[in-house]
Amino acid sequence: MFNYTFRWNQALNALPQMLDGALVTLQIALLSMVIGVAVAVALTLFRLSGNRVLRAIAATWVELARNTPALFQIYMAHFGLGAFGIHLSPYASLLAGIAFNNAGYLAENFRGALKAIPDTQTRAARSLGMPAGQAFRLIVMPQMFRVAFLPATNQMVWAILMTSLGVTVGMNTDLAGITQELNARSFRTFEFFAIAAVIYYVIAKAVTLAAQAFAWRMFRY
Amino acid sequence: MFDTALSWNDMIFLAQGAGMTLMVTAVAVLAGTVMGIVFGVLRYQLGTWWSLPLTFVLDIFRSVPLLIQLVLGNAFQAIARLGWEPFTTSCVILSLYTAAYCTEIVRGGIEAVPPTTRRAARSLGLTWWGDMRYIVAPLATRVSLPAWIGLTLGVLKDSALVLWLGLIELLRASQILVTRLQEPLFILMICGAIYFLLSFPIARLGGYLEKRWSPHD
Repeated sequence: MFNYTFRWNQALNALPQMLDGALVTLQIALLSMVIGVAVAVALTLFRLSGNRVLRAIAATWVELARNTPALFQIYMAHFGLGAFGIHLSPYASLLAGIAFNNAGYLAENFRGALKAIPDTQTRAARSLGMPAGQAFRLIVMPQMFRVAFLPATNQMVWAILMTSLGVTVGMNTDLAGITQELNARSFRTFEFFAIAAVIYYVIAKAVTLAAQAFAWRMFRY
Repeated sequence: MFDTALSWNDMIFLAQGAGMTLMVTAVAVLAGTVMGIVFGVLRYQLGTWWSLPLTFVLDIFRSVPLLIQLVLGNAFQAIARLGWEPFTTSCVILSLYTAAYCTEIVRGGIEAVPPTTRRAARSLGLTWWGDMRYIVAPLATRVSLPAWIGLTLGVLKDSALVLWLGLIELLRASQILVTRLQEPLFILMICGAIYFLLSFPIARLGGYLEKRWSPHD
């Protein structure tokens, strides 16, 4: 059927290298999620605050992150910041781009989750004598995380898939980058990228399952 | 920053890039939606177990990075000697990618139609097709349209990745200009503004419909 000899051996021999790359991919995704959640909580607080400037910052961030491509955001971090004399390495710009994207989407998730928490919770906490900050931190936020956890899991999978974009700014240590380097050396494009696809699939599924197990352990009543 | 070497010809070049982005998105969303509706109905009709192979295949398109899918698709068409242009390959892969998400949306929409309503339709003498056409389709559309608009926006943004196959769409066009004019921030900001202008109004429309059509408020 095909006038082509598949050389899976060559690709399978490179498997250890690619798995090292998969670790880097996972590391970037996790870091971007940690930064993303931290910034998203800050953005959520900005949105709730009475300060108009803070609200505008949060709204701009969320709309920019959600209405431009992730690849554009990574380009902006890599090429655009050069105008300010900030020259990021591919790793840093990839991380910055994904974290920016995550923060925007997660802030929107958190906002939706906040809507699901009844006002009476805050009022009850306040009438027990808690200051506003404490009520938010101890009563509202845990519930917010519970509701937002599953959408955040999806975002984590998205973050893993987005790390593959690093190859367009010259990243060569993550899974996509290593695959591309191996491909450039041997031109066994199909074999190498098929194996990379399988690894990405396994990582995505493993993360989803782990998150479900975690949610079952943590959030069950 | 306002002292730029960007000329009108370059703006036209960017506009052509934006046209390519819109074209790829339109093809992918159209084909993807048609496939998504077919697969969604199939998934619903076959039930969990019999549609397992379909679910698995579609899940692959959602769990593997689009960039990898595009490279694989391109390599495959070369191996199979299909002789596709990068544009065709991009459209095929993006359509399948869209279909994978659209299937879930369609299935969710069909499941949101109360079974009692459908049974009532059938007992009034409507055929399966009549039930689908006159009862399920309008109700399911109402539920799934906001999600479908979200998907369209996602595809519009993800279509930037076709630059890897050499298609000159909006982002690639601005990258070419950046290489020539060495004004990365300014040109990328224009590029971002165009993306924003394309996607923000549709996003707002989606948010409005979600509020307006929400069955419970």
